[in-house]
Amino acid sequence: MRFAIQINEGPYTHQASDTAYQFAKAALEKGHEIFRVFFYHDGVNNGTRYTVPPQDDRNLQKLWSELAEAHKLDLVVCIAAAQRRGILDANEAKRQGKDGDNIAPGFRISGLGQLIEAGIQADRLIVFGD
Amino acid sequence: MSTLHTVNKSPYERNAMTSCLGHVSAGDLVLLIEDGVLAARKGGSFAQALNAAKGACKIYVLAPDLAARGIGAGDVLEGVETVDYGGFVDLAASATRVCAWL
Amino acid sequence: MSDGQTKKKFFYLNRKAPYGTIYALESLEVVLIGAAFEQEVSLGFIDDGVFQLMNNQDAAGTGMKGFSKIYRALGDYEVRKLYVEKESLETRGLSVDDLMPITYEDEDEDYAEKPSIVVVDKAEMAKLIADQDVIMSF
Repeated sequence: MRFAIQINEGPYTHQASDTAYQFAKAALEKGHEIFRVFFYHDGVNNGTRYTVPPQDDRNLQKLWSELAEAHKLDLVVCIAAAQRRGILDANEAKRQGKDGDNIAPGFRISGLGQLIEAGIQADRLIVFGD
Repeated sequence: MSTLHTVNKSPYERNAMTSCLGHVSAGDLVLLIEDGVLAARKGGSFAQALNAAKGACKIYVLAPDLAARGIGAGDVLEGVETVDYGGFVDLAASATRVCAWL
Repeated sequence: MSDGQTKKKFFYLNRKAPYGTIYALESLEVVLIGAAFEQEVSLGFIDDGVFQLMNNQDAAGTGMKGFSKIYRALGDYEVRKLYVEKESLETRGLSVDDLMPITYEDEDEDYAEKPSIVVVDKAEMAKLIADQDVIMSF
């Protein structure tokens, strides 16, 4: 079965990203497909590579990046939400005249249409939020 | 043709579970996750609401979230089934749609 | 249903008041973008979500951007079904008269203006939920 996942909250304050990650991992282990993970609202904060949690804590960004690499996941960060919260890729940084980018490996920035498309293409959309 | 409803809020703090249970259809599945699992503790004041809902739909609770909050398997309301993340996936796959009560 | 041609029923479940959190606004953003995908779209307003449709909203004093006007333009995006729950209104001391007059033009009836807001009771709302393909929760 083909799942799509929407994550509305950033890491560490809410459990949403943790639960979504555990769900995605379990789904992949069962042989399901994850069509796309869409990060919206504060959820875009999962996609910055500049987070440095303490060594004895999980690093959610790394976990997502590694899962994406292992399973060729499509991790999409909403562009409008990302711009509001300072999540930039190299192109956006250049376009907005900012001095650096911070998007994490495996994540890409795109529009809300990607969320609608995920809803259309996937068999199930699961929303994790606050 | 059933819906999997997920509830991630404590019913003691917010009305997500109450609202969810007011909108289920017969044969639906309700999964309590994150702080939503607090509702499933035996002796809590939402036990009655969950027991009443059990007639029409099946109630599940996410075991890792129970354990994280110190609620033992023996302290879960009778008739509420515990599942792990794999079980969550199975429920989502078996239902026709998933509705999150955030 | 992966050919991308079949229309799906999209339901936007709105349960939160505007301004205190961003969810109402960002739900609306998805609705507007989603309109271009020509799916079957309807919006549900339950619990504090009914406050999103209040008439006479003026956010100017908060320093935040007001967005209530966008609801009134939804008809232009072919979004014509705004289901508002009766019990949620009543619990909050509201009636449909407290909400914005939101209408669409019916091209089948000489572009007559018709109300987009439909007040439904809880049981009808439950049936609506049970009839959807994709439920976007905010």
